[in-house]
Amino acid sequence: MTTEATIAPPSTKSQVLRSFDVAEFPALNGLEEEWRFTPLKRLRELVRATALTGTAPQVEHGDLPAGVSVRSVEKVDPVLTPFDRVSALAFGSAAGVTLIEVAPEAEPEQAVVIRLVGKGGEAAAGRTFVKVGAFAKVTLVLEQTGTTTLADNIEVVVGDSAQLTFVTVADWDADAVQAQHVKLRIGKDARAVHVQVALGGDLVRQFTSVEYTGRGGDAELWGLYFADAGQHFEHRQLVDHSVPDCRSYVGYRGALQGVSAQTVWVGDVLIRAAATGTDTYEINRNLILTDGAVAHSVPNLEIETGEIVGAGHASATGRFDEEQLFYLMARGIPEGEARKLVVRGFFAELLNKIPVEELRERLGDAIEARLAETGA
Amino acid sequence: MSTLEIRDLQVSVKLPEGDLKPILAGVDLTVKSGETHAIMGPNGSGKSTLAYSIAGHPKYEITGGTVTLDGDNVLDMTVDERARAGLFLAMQYPVEVPGVSVANFLRTAKTAIDGEAPKLRTWAGDLRKAMEKLQMDPAFAQRNVNEGFSGGEKKRHEIMQLELLKPKMAILDETDSGLDIDALRVVSEGVNRVRETGDTGLLLITHYTRILRYIKPDFVHVFVAGKIVQEGGPELAEQLEAEGYERYVGARV
Ligand SMILES: Nc1ncnc2c1ncn2[C@@H]1O[C@H](COP(=O)(O)OP(=O)(O)OP(=O)(O)O)[C@@H](O)[C@H]1O
Ligand SMILES: [Mg+2]
Repeated sequence: MTTEATIAPPSTKSQVLRSFDVAEFPALNGLEEEWRFTPLKRLRELVRATALTGTAPQVEHGDLPAGVSVRSVEKVDPVLTPFDRVSALAFGSAAGVTLIEVAPEAEPEQAVVIRLVGKGGEAAAGRTFVKVGAFAKVTLVLEQTGTTTLADNIEVVVGDSAQLTFVTVADWDADAVQAQHVKLRIGKDARAVHVQVALGGDLVRQFTSVEYTGRGGDAELWGLYFADAGQHFEHRQLVDHSVPDCRSYVGYRGALQGVSAQTVWVGDVLIRAAATGTDTYEINRNLILTDGAVAHSVPNLEIETGEIVGAGHASATGRFDEEQLFYLMARGIPEGEARKLVVRGFFAELLNKIPVEELRERLGDAIEARLAETGA
Repeated sequence: MSTLEIRDLQVSVKLPEGDLKPILAGVDLTVKSGETHAIMGPNGSGKSTLAYSIAGHPKYEITGGTVTLDGDNVLDMTVDERARAGLFLAMQYPVEVPGVSVANFLRTAKTAIDGEAPKLRTWAGDLRKAMEKLQMDPAFAQRNVNEGFSGGEKKRHEIMQLELLKPKMAILDETDSGLDIDALRVVSEGVNRVRETGDTGLLLITHYTRILRYIKPDFVHVFVAGKIVQEGGPELAEQLEAEGYERYVGARV
């Protein structure tokens, strides 16, 4: 396990190359800071290709509530300018855009559930655009299953004073590979709660970036991952505070078990000189359940103004708490069950961010089933 | 009728570097259902070590002696097996378990101890009553186990578990410490209710005699430097109250 905390020199994150053209990015060799933890070979064609021709996962959904539409469109003005090669590759190759729109002021009671089902085949590119109108209030769930080799971008625009709870679940088949960029643009007084769940897939790398367009924006990024033997899950965030009086909270938790299960969390928060009154905190916690699993955890704050409400970070990686296990077992609870309780408890705070009971239960059960597998 | 027999128990604490540090130097003690024993001793004498090693905490290594419950070898059992065999330890420092609600924890424990899930129809009521008896707000059921509980709340939670789980033998490790006088009374009443059933043997570990004014021990054992150095009836507690431990500690040096 590694834990590093660095206060980087100003403006490094703000000066990276941004382009829609994959050719402008040098080929990846694994030495780049952003890719140093990623086993590039396992990204397959996504590393070297300049165009992707496979079929993107199929979009499925049930009846949609009033005010919510899902359509396939040819193009949408981007809110993300890619700043890594794979993201640019996805942009250039995506055949169209899945546009999910929530009308201004719409407040559907039920969560909107959309499934992206990978059908295998050649490496593919995808693009999803979520547009939440001003004053709307909605919960959107994106479930990603099946098999695929996928590079995709998700752009999310949260209109002024809108409230979005955006849950993405990556529960791919064991052989699937995904490199995804999620961009959140938060409007004035808008609030986004993003819950990113990664359970299935050979390699899942998700980069989430956040920007604000007006004061009072609030972004909460929650992450839950559980890596089994051989799986590589990587989560990176870049929260760019360039507007005063906005808030961000990043809280990722992961469990790892089995030989060469590997997770990476790199949280970058940038507070620019103009972003006075910023309030931000980021924390990553990892629970190592067995030998042979490795968790990398790197929080990183760049602060260009001292006039802020708060900025902090924390990272902790450890094993099962023996005292907790002892306490539960001393009440007659068998070890296996005690471990389940502790792990479910470890993830409880995150699961509780998901306002869909059925999904919450399903994920809780999936986590417990994982524990049963190895008897960890 | 149950009997807990501790014979010549020798225990070391495992140090981080893997070395063993001997703490218990041969403890002999027999506790029967319905009896209340007080173990009194100065700080660091090994009282918690005795409690934890009977409960099976992995930090301790048994280097000699035996512990049996109704003839069954307790030392061969895992921690959870010991609890299901009828042993209970109210801890000096109860552990916080984030994300696990008290209600869920207690139902899981009750199910494990009884070998079957408590009846849905009566369980909620039983739990509420148990909490009321210890003057715990019902809201505690939804809180995480011991998380953010005050010292006194943690102790009440321990005694509530004692009443719910109805063990054969209960070891209460400094249940009185950190309690104000009102909480001490509430907790003592709980222990006395358990005592009056006559079904549970109680081993009360304490540093001070204060709690013994509320819970009258049948036997008092003075514990110094890892062993019992004197035994007697309740009058011994009164003598300790007056004289302190100096006499015993001094005698060793
Ligand atoms: N990890 C450890 N390393 C070194 N010494 C230890 C360790 N754990 C316990 N001990 C020692 O074992 C001895 C007995 O400790 P124990 O907690 O059993 O005492 P106690 O009688 O319960 O004390 P108190 O009245 O303070 O609760 C003490 O001297 C303590 O310092
Ligand atoms: Mg003690």
